[in-house]
Amino acid sequence: MPPIDPILFAIFAGIAVLSAISLVVQRHPIASALSLVGVMGSLAVLYLLLGAEFIAAAQLIVYAGAIMVLFIFVIILLNAGSEHGRSRSKFVKWLGIPLFTLFVGLLSFIIQSRLPDTKPVIFGSFTAATGLEIGRVLFTQYLLPFEVTSLLILIAIIGAVVLARKEI
Amino acid sequence: MPPIPNSVPLSWYLLLSAILFALGVAGFLFRKNIITVFMSIELMLNAVNLSFVAFSYQFKQVDGHIYAFFVMVVAAAEAAVGLGIILTVFKNRATLHIDEVSSLKN
Repeated sequence: MPPIDPILFAIFAGIAVLSAISLVVQRHPIASALSLVGVMGSLAVLYLLLGAEFIAAAQLIVYAGAIMVLFIFVIILLNAGSEHGRSRSKFVKWLGIPLFTLFVGLLSFIIQSRLPDTKPVIFGSFTAATGLEIGRVLFTQYLLPFEVTSLLILIAIIGAVVLARKEI
Repeated sequence: MPPIPNSVPLSWYLLLSAILFALGVAGFLFRKNIITVFMSIELMLNAVNLSFVAFSYQFKQVDGHIYAFFVMVVAAAEAAVGLGIILTVFKNRATLHIDEVSSLKN
């Protein structure tokens, strides 16, 4: 039986990178939004491989479920068409992809040389991050940040209501 | 065909996170539509979340998951306010092109 971890990683990391490239190069905002949904779904699978069930579920519910629906609502509401008349410089056109490849190569070299002894990721070897444990840490050690978060959400709601008034 | 390795080193997850972040930066810098620029910011936040969860695996602690959760909450609040701002800008200017919204420049 072939090992399942590298195969799943390869598939979903590939989907994530391709969707991210598609997000950057697509002209129509709806196509970009659907690519972003692809990135978020594949990242949720990678979170599961890393043993983060709660974060994977929250990723699907909050990001792919709530935030992206908000984005698509706004795109539909504003009837946003494709970008036109792009004033992209020659520098970006010819040197963008080689420079990006160079940057990624440099980055991988730095990561591999600075972090040579990272653990191999095996599905099921990190099971401490249950919902119970996350809830316990969230309501004991991180109680103050959690409460501040609720204040932040309140401010965001008030801000959204103020911005949605007629006379601004 | 070389044999498939038994597991993936954690640094590959960090590399994936870095690539996604760089793509988000590229989208943020080079796109001209406000909504696409905003989606690039979300992509960057997602990349950072992957990094948090990966380090949480490395140290076998749950703290990284809490940080990822907080990043999600901030992203949700930011999306609500940011999309409200985009709606207001569109209502006043009737455009989504970032080069045409430059009244702070002059």
